[in-house]
Amino acid sequence: MVGIVGYGAYVPRYRIKAEVIAKQWGADPEAVTRGLSLVEKTVPGQDEDTITISVAAAQYALRRAGIDPKEIGAVYVGSESHPYAVKPSATILIDALGIGPHVHVASYEFACKAGSEAMYVAYSHVKAGEMKYAMGIGADTSQGAPGDALEYTASAGGAAFIMGRERLVAEILFTHSYTSDTPDFWRREGENYPRHGGRFTGDPAYFRHIVGAGKALLEKSKMAPADFKFAVFHMPNGKFPQEVGKRLGFTKDQMEAGWIVPWMGNTYSGSSPCGLAAILDVAKPGDLIFMVSFGSGAGSDGFIYRVTDEIVKVQDRAPKLRQMLDSDKVYLDYGQYAKYRRKIKLNE
Amino acid sequence: MRDAYVIGAGMTKFGELWSNSIRDMFVEAALKAIDDAGVDHIDSMYVGAMSSGLFVQQEHLGALMADYLGVVPMPATHVESACASGGVSFRQAFLEVASGASDIVLAGGVEKMTDGADVTDALATAADQEYEVYHGITFPGLYAIMARAHMQEFGTTREQLAAVAVKNHRNGSKNPNAQFRSEVTLEQVIRSTMVADPLRLLDCSPVSDGAAAVIVASEAVAKKLGKQRIRVAASAQASDTLALHSRKSLTTLNAVVAAAQKAYKMAGKKPSDIQIAEVHDCFTIAEVIVSEDLGFFEKGKGGEAAANGLTSLETGKIRVNTSGGLKSKGHPVGATGIAQIIELYEQLNGKAGARQVENARIGLAENMGGTGASCVIHILEAL
Repeated sequence: MVGIVGYGAYVPRYRIKAEVIAKQWGADPEAVTRGLSLVEKTVPGQDEDTITISVAAAQYALRRAGIDPKEIGAVYVGSESHPYAVKPSATILIDALGIGPHVHVASYEFACKAGSEAMYVAYSHVKAGEMKYAMGIGADTSQGAPGDALEYTASAGGAAFIMGRERLVAEILFTHSYTSDTPDFWRREGENYPRHGGRFTGDPAYFRHIVGAGKALLEKSKMAPADFKFAVFHMPNGKFPQEVGKRLGFTKDQMEAGWIVPWMGNTYSGSSPCGLAAILDVAKPGDLIFMVSFGSGAGSDGFIYRVTDEIVKVQDRAPKLRQMLDSDKVYLDYGQYAKYRRKIKLNE
Repeated sequence: MRDAYVIGAGMTKFGELWSNSIRDMFVEAALKAIDDAGVDHIDSMYVGAMSSGLFVQQEHLGALMADYLGVVPMPATHVESACASGGVSFRQAFLEVASGASDIVLAGGVEKMTDGADVTDALATAADQEYEVYHGITFPGLYAIMARAHMQEFGTTREQLAAVAVKNHRNGSKNPNAQFRSEVTLEQVIRSTMVADPLRLLDCSPVSDGAAAVIVASEAVAKKLGKQRIRVAASAQASDTLALHSRKSLTTLNAVVAAAQKAYKMAGKKPSDIQIAEVHDCFTIAEVIVSEDLGFFEKGKGGEAAANGLTSLETGKIRVNTSGGLKSKGHPVGATGIAQIIELYEQLNGKAGARQVENARIGLAENMGGTGASCVIHILEAL
């Protein structure tokens, strides 16, 4: 059996409240907060980017796995905010963490599902017997244009998962991917912010792909929603994951542990991976977890995990996601936020 | 002129039809209309569309639709009169049949608005670019000015405007082709997001995709098919200044008044003869003003009439927008005028389902472009 041997997440300490952004643009704060089911979002510090977030999350994953970093055969970082257009993010990460140089790395991109994509390929390499361990990471410092609906949710954070065969904390029982040409959200070369098709990002994109992958996964596994202790879906806002879970037959209780978006925002490639990390933080041996990501363009990756007895030994070895989310927060006003996100133009 | 009859109708559902292209929608509606009429050919066709060039970078719609409908080399003409394009398309078909030039003409309308174009900018081309749009105003803003003026002059209230939206959503909830089949409350309308004071989101018609088509035929053809039932009793059109500020009054739409006078005269009817009316409620205030300018209510009393249920399906003395209107049924601009005719056709044929008005025999459709710079009115009568 192949599965997760170690996991870790990282959440920056800075926050901005949705109502602060709403006020800045003359929108009704109450309507925005209620409409998106969103209280606040994380903001990367001035010295943070996808690579630093990935390094922090990967470090925690290594701590939980307790393995020799040199045994990791591949590191994949999925993000839509890689600091370099040309130079893989993981090259810096492996040197920082003592992985490699005998290692395969790559940067992945598939809008918000680049993280689950990295996890899937890492899992597949181990399953194929190519290597002992492989790491898949989803991390982002997401971009949302000033004044755009995305600005309320685009946040920062990430999670890393080391796949292996021994001392698993969660087995991967089934996977399924569902992909089509659906241009709901995109950013072309040279553009600072993504564009999107408004409500077109809903039914024909988010819902169709998650439901497509989710239903196939249930069929393949011959399992029913009621069999699962937890379910987590990509979280572009507070409402969508609740709605898609309901459509697939999951309850609010099953989604509660992974539903971090109201206080974290949408961490794009890190979204459902961070939700999974939050679930693993509280899961008990034997629990089944249902996860489906979504990336615009569009596609979904689905996974079914079964938590093992090992989980209780590793949960406390590194900071838990909810702890990072709930403590040590520094709130920014819109001006500071604009500065931190480099939205203010300075002279060279 | 000889008599002309509406003998068939077909439309797509209105809404965000992401997987349907402009030609898909038009052909679907046209084929339904042809099937419904039971004709084996058409002599000519008109395609009403406001701005397919800006919405989907496609013009030359006449030939395109004839091609995909499989009727080339039949003559096919694209007509444009902003949001009145559909009504004008129907008028062209009527005139062609009434003049004796053709016996069976298809009048269609279509608009594909959700393909990513800047809809507000595209719609603003129906206003005066140099004297209005240049200063930054858009249609919600122009209609908001009319609403403010109506409130100031006649004491029309926020609640009265909202009553129009509440009624039209209630009617639309009974229309299977409507974009929004949900009812709204007065409170929801009044508390919806502000768009252009005093107009809020639920005062405004939506952005929609859709197509509609009807078949207009001569008496001889209608008779032969056993469809000599819904006669076009009147067709009238009028124009006004394109710019709102050039008009003497902000609260009377001269083109509506002028077209209505002509239409009533041609049909030999008066406003009190009209049982059902489909009017151009692109914004709630538009229905209020138009219901006055059509002579249904005294000037300044349109809001009160709506609030008192005088236009409702249930208690109205004249039922206005039984289809749900542009507000709830949706407003794929070029298709709207034809969809209004279809609602009358269904009502007069007794086939309007849950929203059927009993013994409906005379109906009026009022379709207008811009802030009423063009207006086309038709009266249909069941024989």
